Amino acid sequence: MRITQGTFSYLPDFTDEEITAQINYALTNDWPLSVEFTDDPHPRNTYWEMWGLPMFDLRDPAGVLMEVNACRAANPNAYVRLNAYDASLGRQTTALSFIVQRPAEEPGFRLDRAEGRGRAIGYTTHSYATERPVGDRYTQG
Amino acid sequence: MADRWNAGVIPYAEMGYWQPDYEPKDTDILCAFRITPQDGVPPEEAGAAVAGESSTATWTVVWTDRLTTFEHYQAKCYKVDPVPNTPGQWIAYIAYDIDLFEEASIANLTSSIIGNVFGFKPLKALRLEDMRIPTHYVKTFQGPAHGIVMEREHLGKFGRPILGATTKPKLGLSARNYGRVVYEALRGGLDFTKDDENINSQPFMRWRDRFLFCMEAVNRAQAATGEIKGHYLNVTAGTMEEMYERANFAAELGSVIVMIDLTIGYTAIQSMAKWARDNNVILHLHRAGHGTYTRQKNHGVSFRVISKWMRLAGVDHIHAGTVVGKLEGDPMTTAGFYDTLRKDSIKADLSKGLYFDQEWASMPGVMPVASGGIHAGQMHQLIHYLGEDVILQFGGGTIGHPMGIAAGAEANRVALEAMIKARNEGVDYYKEGPEILKKAASRNRALDTALATWGDITFNYESTDTPDVVATPTNA
Repeated sequence: MRITQGTFSYLPDFTDEEITAQINYALTNDWPLSVEFTDDPHPRNTYWEMWGLPMFDLRDPAGVLMEVNACRAANPNAYVRLNAYDASLGRQTTALSFIVQRPAEEPGFRLDRAEGRGRAIGYTTHSYATERPVGDRYTQG
Repeated sequence: MADRWNAGVIPYAEMGYWQPDYEPKDTDILCAFRITPQDGVPPEEAGAAVAGESSTATWTVVWTDRLTTFEHYQAKCYKVDPVPNTPGQWIAYIAYDIDLFEEASIANLTSSIIGNVFGFKPLKALRLEDMRIPTHYVKTFQGPAHGIVMEREHLGKFGRPILGATTKPKLGLSARNYGRVVYEALRGGLDFTKDDENINSQPFMRWRDRFLFCMEAVNRAQAATGEIKGHYLNVTAGTMEEMYERANFAAELGSVIVMIDLTIGYTAIQSMAKWARDNNVILHLHRAGHGTYTRQKNHGVSFRVISKWMRLAGVDHIHAGTVVGKLEGDPMTTAGFYDTLRKDSIKADLSKGLYFDQEWASMPGVMPVASGGIHAGQMHQLIHYLGEDVILQFGGGTIGHPMGIAAGAEANRVALEAMIKARNEGVDYYKEGPEILKKAASRNRALDTALATWGDITFNYESTDTPDVVATPTNA
C-alpha cells in the first residue's frame, strides 16, 4: 500500500528539483523548514523524530535540500517528511508537510475490531511495521 | 423638548432615533440596513423608524420612557446613503449601545436586530446587509469549537484544501449501502464524506444504523490509506435531547466530526458548539434554509451577517458558496463571506459587500465549505477564488464517476494536489489550469475520465446577490 499522508501523496514521488521548488515557495512565505522521520506511520503518530531543529535561519534552498538528503541517507528505510512552518499570528502551525521518502515496502495497517454491546465496534488501527522493534522495521525492503 | 412627550404619534426622527451627528462608540454594535421606504416616507425617517423599532420604541409616545435613561438605550440612525443606481433604496447606518444585548446570545441579538422591525409597514422591504460586532461583544462568545488551525492539526492535513463529498442519493439508501459510498469515497482519496442536510433518522435508515455502518467505513478507509478520515454524522433532530443523544453516540464511536443544520436554530447551534468543544468533536454546519432570507437583495439578511453570527455561535465548518458551482454565488460577494469567516482583522470593502471593519480579537476562523455542482475540471478556479483553507465537496463529481466512487475521489485528489504543486511552483495556475489538469490526467486514468465526463460543465447564470458598489482601486 501507499500511505497517503502529506500534501502530495497522490502525485508521483518528487525529484530533488521538485522538492526545491516547494522549499522556495516556503522560503518566499517566510516559513522555516524542518525535516522529520519515522518508522511508525500510524495516522495518529503525530511526533515523528526531528532531524535537528527547525531551520529558522536557513534561507538557502540548497542547504535545506542538503538536510533532507542527509536525513534520507541516515535513515534509508524510514518515512521522511519535509515541513514548512508558519509562525504568523493566527496561524502558528504547519503550513505545508509532504513525504519525501518512503520505505521500499509499505506494509500498511490492519484494522482490529473489538465487538461490543449493541453492534458497536471499537476500532484499532494496527501498524504492521511496529510488530518489529524500533530500528529494525522495514529492513527487508 | 416638551413636544417629545405629548401623547400620540410623532415621527421617529423627532424622537431621537435620527442623529446625523452621532459618533459611534467603539463598543457600539453597528448595522447597515438596506431600506426601501414606502412612497412619501423620507429615508431619514425610515432609518430612524428602523432604529426605533429594533430598539426601544413602540408606535406611540409612552411616558414610561421617562423612567429610564432612554437616550442610552435608543438605537441611533446616524447616516443614510442612497444605493448607487437603485432608486428608492438607501443604506441606513444604525448604532446600538452594547447594553441592549445579552452577552453570548445570538438569539437575543437577533430578536432585536431582525425582530418585529422586518414586518414594519412604513417599509416596503428591509435587508440587514452587515454588522460590526465590537470586540467587547465578540469576547462574550465561545466562538468555533476548534477553528481552522486546530482542525488541521487534529486531522494532520496541511497545505491544501480539504476534500469531501456528500453521500448520494440523498435519500433512500439503506445504512449498509450508505456506508459503502462512504468507504469507497474515503479510501479513494477524500478526507471527509458527509450526510446530507435532510438525512436524519427516516424509515429507510435510522440514525444509529447509519452511524455504525459509517464508522466501519471510516475506520476501514483510515487503515487502507494511513490517513485520518471522517464522516459528518448529521445529528439534527426534533429536540435538543435527541441531538445530544446522537452526538454522544457519534463521539463514543470515535467520529472526529458531527454535523447540524441551520434549521435547528441559533440557540441549539450554540449548545452544540459547546458540546463539540467539550467532547473534542469538530462541528459542521449545513446552511439549510438560508436561501429563503439571504438571496434577494432588497429583503432579508445577508449571508455575510449569518457568517458572522455562526462564527460567534461557534461552528467549525459552514457552507459558504462555490462561485463556480450550481448555487448562488457572485465572486466578490462570496469573497466577503470567506473573509468574514477566516480572517482576524477585516477592513470595510464595499466591493465585497463589507460595510464595516471587523476585528475578531483572535477568535479562531471557521472553515468555509464549497459544495454544489463542482468537479475536478474546475480545480484551478476553485483554488483561485476560494484559497487553501476551504473544504471542497464534490458529491456528484465523486459518486458519478464512470469508473466508480473511489476513482472519482482519486480524480479529485490528484487534480487538487497537481494544482497546489503548480501554484507553489509559481505557475500562473488560474490561466494554465486546464493544461495542468491535462498533464496530471495523462498519468492518472481516474482524472482523465473525470475530465472527459465533466470537463465542460459550467453553471453560468447571473447572480442575484451582488455588491452595489465597485470600489475604485487605490494604491493605499
